[in-house]
Amino acid sequence: MDLEKFKVHGEPLIYGAMISIALATIGILVGLTYFKKWGYLWREWLTTVDHKKIGIMYILAALLMLFRGGVDALMMRLQTAAPEMKFLDAQHYNEVFTTHGLIMILFMAMPFIIGLMNVIIPLQIGARDVAFPRLNAVSFWLFFMGAMLLNISFVVGGSPDAGWSAYFPLASIEFSPTVGNNYYSLALQISGIGTLITGVNFIVTILKMRAPGMTLMKMPMFTWSVLITNIIIVFAFPVLTVALALMMFDRLFGSQFFTMANGGMDMLWANLFWVWGHPEVYIVILPAFGIYSEIIATFSKKNLYGYKSMVFSMVIISLLSFLVWAHHFYTMGQGVMVNSFFSITTMAIAVPTGVKIFNWLFTLRKGRITFTTPMLYTLAFIPIFTIGGVTGVMLAMASADYQYHNTMFLVAHFHYVLIPGAVFAVIAGFHYWFPKVFGFRLNERLGKHAFWWIIISFNVTFFPMFFLGLMGMTRRMYTYSEETGFGPLNMLSFVGALGLAIGFVILVYNIYWSTRYMPRDTTGDPWDARTLEWATPSPIPAYNFAIVPKVKSLDPFWESKQKNVPLYEDKITKIHLPNNTGKPFILGVIFFFLGFFLVFSMWIPAVVAGIGVLIMLGAMSFDRDEGFYVSAKEVEATEKKLRGETV
Amino acid sequence: MKIDASKPLEYSTEENSNKIFGFWVFLGAEIPLFATLFTVYFVMVDRFASGPSGAEIFEIGPVLISTFLLLTSSFTIGLAVHAMRLGYKKAMMFFMGITLLMGLGFIGIEIEEFLTYVHEGATLQTSGFLSSLFVLLGTHGAHVSFGFLWGVVIMIQLWRQGITPANANKTFIFSLFWHFLDVVWIFIFSFVYLKGLM
Repeated sequence: MDLEKFKVHGEPLIYGAMISIALATIGILVGLTYFKKWGYLWREWLTTVDHKKIGIMYILAALLMLFRGGVDALMMRLQTAAPEMKFLDAQHYNEVFTTHGLIMILFMAMPFIIGLMNVIIPLQIGARDVAFPRLNAVSFWLFFMGAMLLNISFVVGGSPDAGWSAYFPLASIEFSPTVGNNYYSLALQISGIGTLITGVNFIVTILKMRAPGMTLMKMPMFTWSVLITNIIIVFAFPVLTVALALMMFDRLFGSQFFTMANGGMDMLWANLFWVWGHPEVYIVILPAFGIYSEIIATFSKKNLYGYKSMVFSMVIISLLSFLVWAHHFYTMGQGVMVNSFFSITTMAIAVPTGVKIFNWLFTLRKGRITFTTPMLYTLAFIPIFTIGGVTGVMLAMASADYQYHNTMFLVAHFHYVLIPGAVFAVIAGFHYWFPKVFGFRLNERLGKHAFWWIIISFNVTFFPMFFLGLMGMTRRMYTYSEETGFGPLNMLSFVGALGLAIGFVILVYNIYWSTRYMPRDTTGDPWDARTLEWATPSPIPAYNFAIVPKVKSLDPFWESKQKNVPLYEDKITKIHLPNNTGKPFILGVIFFFLGFFLVFSMWIPAVVAGIGVLIMLGAMSFDRDEGFYVSAKEVEATEKKLRGETV
Repeated sequence: MKIDASKPLEYSTEENSNKIFGFWVFLGAEIPLFATLFTVYFVMVDRFASGPSGAEIFEIGPVLISTFLLLTSSFTIGLAVHAMRLGYKKAMMFFMGITLLMGLGFIGIEIEEFLTYVHEGATLQTSGFLSSLFVLLGTHGAHVSFGFLWGVVIMIQLWRQGITPANANKTFIFSLFWHFLDVVWIFIFSFVYLKGLM
């Protein structure tokens, strides 16, 4: 076998990364052995089917990936901070912007949101778990192994380098001969299957497992947004599955889908990619809208203004999201009619989005507002996201788009949409729901410090890019000459990126500090909130609700607190829970190896791994999980303990 | 586990009925999957470069046999589910066995067909048209092959444990999958073979 193809040469930075990955791995292994935590890790985490723990693992993975993607971003900003920088070479720069995009969208934003969904959705609808707890574990491990597969590409064989959209013919074997884009097609495929399973799981959970009395129009807004998001997932991800499979066939087996000769068609890739890629934007943004809706209602002490119009505008956004994909390539040669059609559908999206913005503003009006950290992120989101939206309408106009297509203006625009629209939302949601999961709040003072660093630095980083784009700086250029005059604004942007890094460091430090020093919450409802998840004690017991609540209105928990009506009418009875299982984890590991062997065209091991996958699926079919019961007595004892009463 | 006797066995517990609904949602995802493959095929159908076109390689004979096999197997899996509801384990296993054998026959004919194409110099690498043809047919064929293995696993469980609520549920879901493959095949038969031969 040819060992050469596994090696990545030449860059001290990559050698540094190899050494740090090796050291970190050894450190983790030694640490686990020294503290005798292997059994704990296996029993409590690797084999868990509890939606809350799976959610926590998603969020941990997302934070890890936020760090990785953030380092990529800092490297890019440093490389372009001044003219003729020699920090990265062109190839390395290509790899860095490609993995930055992939990781931030697919392995940071999505898992963060899916993590929050996992933790919160069953609680918000008054259920004991998701519909298919074991399948939920399969989803997580497929996502995780896909993410790891993409991450090792940096040190084993080379990263993908054709941009996160991997346009053909650039991404073909002819122009990208390294294994980088093989990693792209396989890592995304594996985690994409996990996401699709999540989609099915949550649609069934939300439609079939709601507490008695919770009709569709009494669902909390976050639940609504997640339902719509998962419907988009189920319809959009199969397109990605096909696109990635065709890419894999082109690169590994020499088929002619996207080639320049023998009847291939490179534009077919661009179309397939964005038919998935644009709905994907809404997959990360709609749940964020849901999170903001919850936070605004809670901290304004009002119910959400225009609940029905909120729901309808999300439905309309989800439909339109499938009808706008060609606006990503107005300049790539389709006719005037096509461009006009996509121009109009794109601008139409601004209407339902505007409806939502006004609904949030009207919810705030005359509310008793408290400026907590999650609320601050929410309030900052509204104006910043509006800037992102308005520049989006500018880009939507096809004729004008010819002026700034593929410039830094576009880069500024989508960061102005995705960072407030997704990142601020998950941070806000993280601060908001943290006490629910762990039983104590994050420190408000540190939280606000981090907030101001992040908000100000965000604008310092990305606002100059609007001007850079209008000055003519194209995206993805790894360096420029001094005469272009791009230097000063790029330097400003780099300074902003450093500020953002400091903000995130404070945020992480806050988690550490709060874990050690914050007082424990025994009420289960530290924010005086409205929806059902706050009716459980914190941290949430394995069975979620001791008694399944009866829902009579929107915001049932608020109603029960205000009017003193009981949420629970039944008595505590024994509760049925599923057993843990190690099979989803093992399946994920086998998938990882299957992907790895395919990346390097090692056919025999790949076939063995493929058979391994089938055997695992068969073994899972033979499983008979009868689950186990928690006795009523045990439930009562746990409830009392978590509420701070003595048993 | 609460069993509701008023419903058919495969729907009898909440978990079972959720699984059936979940599988319908999954089939909802299979529709865009095959729709995308068909779209790719329609885009590529006239892009055969220097390779053969559909009319030059398609042969109606084997295709008719495999169509007959797959459509009939959809009928026999229906009979199997019917036998299951009546509680006839032997009849149920008999019809499932027939279904799987016909599936196997279908896969055999498809492999034979692929080998003939390759023999004639029409390979995956030859042209955009052939790439899309092989991947569309191959994806369907892979589904049938996977279904065959799945069916075998279910039959082993039926043989060992009899018609339990869990096994009934699995068989019913399997039958949904099998019918779905049949529907996809009808589209392939009409829009790939018949249209290609015209």
